[in-house]
Amino acid sequence: MTADIRCERLDPEEIRQNFSELHEPLTELQAIQESARCLFCHDAPCVEACPTDIDIPGFIRKIASGNVKGAAKTILNENIMGNTCGNVCPVEELCEQVCVKYTAEEKPVVIGQLQRYATDHVLENWVQLFKRAPVSDKNIAVVGGGPAGLSCAHRLAMLGHTVTIYESRDEPGGLNEYGLAAYKMLEDRAAREVSYILDIGGINLETGKTLGEDFDLAELRRDYDAVFIGLGHNTVNALRMENENIDGVYNAVDFIELIRQEDLSTLPVGRDVVVIGGGNTAIDMAVQIKKLGAESVTMVYRRGFEEMGATEYEQQVAQTNGVLIRTHAQPHRILTSDDQLSAVEFEYTQMDANGRLAGTGETFVLPADQLFKAIGQALDATPLDGDDIPELTGDRIKVDEYQHTSLPDVWAGGDCTPGQDLTVTAVQDGKIAALSINEYLKHG
Amino acid sequence: MADLSCKIAGISSPNPFWLASAPPTDKRYNVERAFEAGWGGVVWKTLGEDGPPVVNVSSRYGSVDFGGQRMMGFNNIELITDRPLQINLDEITAVKKAWPDRALVVSLMVPCNEQAWKDILKKVEQTGCDGVELNFGCPHGMSERGMGAAVGQVPEYIQEVTEWCKIHTSLPVFVKLTPNIADIKMPARAAFDGGADAVSLINTINSICSIDLDVMAPTPTVAGKGVHGGYCGPAVKPIALSMVSEIARDPHTRNLPISGIGGISDWRDAAEYISLGCGSVQVCTAAMRYGFRIIDDLVDGLGNWMDEKGYANLEDFRGAAIPNVTDWQYLDLNYKTIAAIDQDKCIECGLCHITCEDTSHQAISASKDENGKRTYKVIDEECVGCNLCYLVCPVPKCISMNEVDNGLPYLNWTEHPNNPV
Repeated sequence: MTADIRCERLDPEEIRQNFSELHEPLTELQAIQESARCLFCHDAPCVEACPTDIDIPGFIRKIASGNVKGAAKTILNENIMGNTCGNVCPVEELCEQVCVKYTAEEKPVVIGQLQRYATDHVLENWVQLFKRAPVSDKNIAVVGGGPAGLSCAHRLAMLGHTVTIYESRDEPGGLNEYGLAAYKMLEDRAAREVSYILDIGGINLETGKTLGEDFDLAELRRDYDAVFIGLGHNTVNALRMENENIDGVYNAVDFIELIRQEDLSTLPVGRDVVVIGGGNTAIDMAVQIKKLGAESVTMVYRRGFEEMGATEYEQQVAQTNGVLIRTHAQPHRILTSDDQLSAVEFEYTQMDANGRLAGTGETFVLPADQLFKAIGQALDATPLDGDDIPELTGDRIKVDEYQHTSLPDVWAGGDCTPGQDLTVTAVQDGKIAALSINEYLKHG
Repeated sequence: MADLSCKIAGISSPNPFWLASAPPTDKRYNVERAFEAGWGGVVWKTLGEDGPPVVNVSSRYGSVDFGGQRMMGFNNIELITDRPLQINLDEITAVKKAWPDRALVVSLMVPCNEQAWKDILKKVEQTGCDGVELNFGCPHGMSERGMGAAVGQVPEYIQEVTEWCKIHTSLPVFVKLTPNIADIKMPARAAFDGGADAVSLINTINSICSIDLDVMAPTPTVAGKGVHGGYCGPAVKPIALSMVSEIARDPHTRNLPISGIGGISDWRDAAEYISLGCGSVQVCTAAMRYGFRIIDDLVDGLGNWMDEKGYANLEDFRGAAIPNVTDWQYLDLNYKTIAAIDQDKCIECGLCHITCEDTSHQAISASKDENGKRTYKVIDEECVGCNLCYLVCPVPKCISMNEVDNGLPYLNWTEHPNNPV
């Protein structure tokens, strides 16, 4: 038996429809009605829950009054990627979870969608809300053109400094461009947002330049007044299993990137697909391969639903898209046939007497034409090597509350530093680092 | 089910809900649709003198929207009927014949001379209608021609025209009052002294709903210009209730029947008007916003409420609130309430705190525990019982205003030691 993998399992038109947006943008009527639901709370819990401290009642009130441009400024002033975040923030665990309308009616104000409504207005009409302060003589290097780096660069540019972003890929945007599920970030929205950020001026972009290969940290520290590192994750966790490298086994992040960048009807899709992992990447992978036409998609996680990194809402998105989620099972063996993947054997798990996860010895087998690994990504700190490297904590770069590393002129943020791996937290890291760098440059 | 039948100034209707003289009552077609829907009566849109009809403009209505809702306030710059008099008279005749149990009152507005009123009354009487309503209220257009509010703002004119009408018709005469005056008691007394069988109030209020900031002109805009119009809708109800209460309390007009008008949108609004003495109520904006089918809840809701309260008919509670409308100087200055917040119901929006803190008496404290749980508490010693928190709280019954038994006797301003008089 050979693996049943092919392109165009579905008609291209059907695939296109499957990848239409998860949330349609709000209409003007919906925005008016929804903004009227906001109570304009004092000391609003939503603001506290927002990693970027957006004055949420403030911007919603501006939408209600028809001051949509003002609303966008309130948002973007705190979160320059507010448009993306309006689409992809796990609002069900952040602002909307604590919305008092959720407490009162179990129906929060749809803050994320309102945020997108306001910011779409300035991006679609290209209303530039920000300008640079008088230009300083300071130059800052930013390593990584993802959300953390772009946020830091934009804030530094606003403050009058000149920034050079070093990005290893061909395009900036980081995971917004390459990593978010295609049905959450349609068309060229990520690219449009990056263009808007760069439009402020004072930001030079060097693409195709990789830290540790084309330049090193010591050079940057020598040539620039300060350095911000927003490397993100540059490596993917492995199962460390036999047959892990045979045909049909993929890293989910690599495939998600293909989905974002390639013609959908050219992608290889298996009949039976297994996804291993319990985070949002696993969900994004499982949902998208299903949307591409896989017949059966099973997502397997070694712990329970509650322990999943994916939010309850994301789990529901997967389930309503026809993904079967199985819990309490860990991969045991990758089975092959003619040097191709044929199935994955899983072992049931449970907590042992010491509260540790352990296999029970019982197994089951899932036939698989494709296996996607979504068991986490990590920072490989090798590119930072040199005489002086910033101190690490675990496998991430250690920073203080100002995103300052152990090196006096180096800051870091985003997924390469501790904390939640979200676009919104990366943007906040970049913003805080920029403000701290500005203080440092002023006072030394 | 309670008996909702209504009798005012000798006119009976199966329920107290009449459509006010306005666009919805301009034609047989509309009026019959209203009667089919269940309305108790109509006041036919104002008829003018025989001869060339008035001309109306294109773009006639303006709206005040609030909180995502349309038409919290509404205004119009339409004049009286723009159809030939005879067509209206023929239709009124036919409608009354087809719907004998419904109240059909005809609104009139003609120039301020006795012959004009005599002529129109003779014609209207022949329709078989139940009564006439003198339109002394229209604040726009007709008032520039010496009619409508131009009459209603001069008590002597009101009395004189009312007297003419009482001489020239045996039909019950309603006088519709304009609110665009300083003291509503004066025109009401004039109507009473002229022999009016009832007053209807309020007519619409002088208003500009909004300025279109793109064309820099009032709305509704007619070829780049606008005028003040007549304001109505839910926003005017408090003004109307106050005026109704003034007339109901005035010894001079105490027994003058009142047909209440102004922002009546649901049965509760109607019950409030009736509690202030109104014999019938007239509705326009709510019907213009939703259509005639709102009559179902008006009738059903009023009946259910009356059943709950044990009121067998409208007379059982009509005027029941009048004795409790007083003058400020007689309020009990020793009466004290303070707010209490039900912490189980609180959704932590903080509006009670911030509004009290910023704009009132700093009587609600705010605190937050390590889990971010916010607690808002009334500081009893600082609370003056103003109601602000109770009014801003979005959760029903979360904040209550509780009477404090301070053991002090009734004491009003006339007896208060601080009163310098």
